[in-house]
Amino acid sequence: MNRKETLVLGQGAVIRAWASVGGKKEGEGPLSGEFDLVNGENSLGQDSWEQSECQLQQQCAELCLRKGEITPKEVDLTLGGDLQAQCTATAYAMRSLGTPYAGLYGACSTMAQGLALGACLSSSCLLPQVLVMTSSHFCTAEREFRTPLEYGGQRTPTAQWTATAAGACLLSPKGEGPRITALTFGRVVDLQITDINNMGAAMAPAAAQTILRHLKGRGTRPGDYDAIVTGDLGQVGSRLLHEILEGEGLPLPNHRDCGLMLYDLQTQQVGAGGSGAGCSASVLCAHFLPRLAAGEYRRVLFLSTGALMSQTTFLQGESIPGLAHAIELEGCI
Amino acid sequence: MDLTPERYQKMVKRANPSSPLGTHCLWAFGVGGAICTLGEGLRQLYLSLGWDQDAAGSLTSITLIGLSGLFTSLGLYQKLAVRAGAGTLVPITGFANAVISPAIEFKVEGMITGVGAKMFVIAGPVIVYGLTASWVWGLIYWATAQMGWGG
Repeated sequence: MNRKETLVLGQGAVIRAWASVGGKKEGEGPLSGEFDLVNGENSLGQDSWEQSECQLQQQCAELCLRKGEITPKEVDLTLGGDLQAQCTATAYAMRSLGTPYAGLYGACSTMAQGLALGACLSSSCLLPQVLVMTSSHFCTAEREFRTPLEYGGQRTPTAQWTATAAGACLLSPKGEGPRITALTFGRVVDLQITDINNMGAAMAPAAAQTILRHLKGRGTRPGDYDAIVTGDLGQVGSRLLHEILEGEGLPLPNHRDCGLMLYDLQTQQVGAGGSGAGCSASVLCAHFLPRLAAGEYRRVLFLSTGALMSQTTFLQGESIPGLAHAIELEGCI
Repeated sequence: MDLTPERYQKMVKRANPSSPLGTHCLWAFGVGGAICTLGEGLRQLYLSLGWDQDAAGSLTSITLIGLSGLFTSLGLYQKLAVRAGAGTLVPITGFANAVISPAIEFKVEGMITGVGAKMFVIAGPVIVYGLTASWVWGLIYWATAQMGWGG
């Protein structure tokens, strides 16, 4: 009857190296000094935006492996994904990296999905060295999901800004670094939101459900964590998350949203906040992991939140399925 | 978690920030009006250069489309449109922007399958339904004329 929904990993998987790369706007935001690398222009010297995003992942993966002092040959598996159709940014980046590779698609939930799967494989020593990486690029996402970049349209205030960013983590069964000690895979939740410009609202119920399931599975309260982090709910989604959880008698005073941390909403004209698979990945690697490693945070619950529609299902009037995976991170004491 | 879609829709409605309607209208009025004033200025210029009414009107449209193309290519039209909204969308410059922006965007996919196929991805519906509406109106005009009601 009592199915195990939260997986506890014992010693857990160690995140022994990580890297974050940002684009121009991300470099002008509040986290600019925390990225490992900021690109001054979003084309990254490439001919197409798709190639630029591929380059972004390559930069991030190479940085992560260099920081982990490991060669691609020693990596047992790379788990990665992005928002492009057929996950081409990651697949094309893997041409030069050459490690075994399994592509993932969880929209903006891909980073937590990859870390959760990677932690299972690495901590059990089935595949000890696992590289997890995701990215998103504003220009490829606009092309795929919205209108051409030069088109003169006005955004609704609920719309979010796809981050041009990437994050990568190297997992090992042993070593120094923050550890993934428990995880909960999310369930798809769809409360009939059809507005593609309000993805925070589409994802908030999924995030609330995964948080509730994880806390129940672990027997913890929000106060047991230094921070409960969501990927890209933005202003609207965060507001809704708080309202849903307060309704469950569970206020979240220590909630942080990566989409609200990546940009200055007052000055950077990003609507309701940042989004994209690279949003939670880069904020995790730029901000939270260094603090967990420094002992500033002891325990963090990290969720990446995804909206799983496509342009086709949206045009056909389908509602947007939301998904959120959670990983529990413990710092170095 | 016990949350019905109906209840959640109400929560979302409350959580959504509202658009600053007054500011948007002022921007649209100001910028839209400025584009039309520019058009009228151009028309007067062409008239003063000796062109007749029809030719001056056509030259004005061509000039505005050209300017829209230039500013779209420089990435400036989109920056203005973020604030101006309907003010940049409604005039002929907005239509030109809707055709030129996908042409620029999809150039990388080739001249046929990129520029050619995608150029009307935004403006296409306007042309289709604009022509359909004019056809329907033409039919009504013809029918009323047959019955002796029309001019």
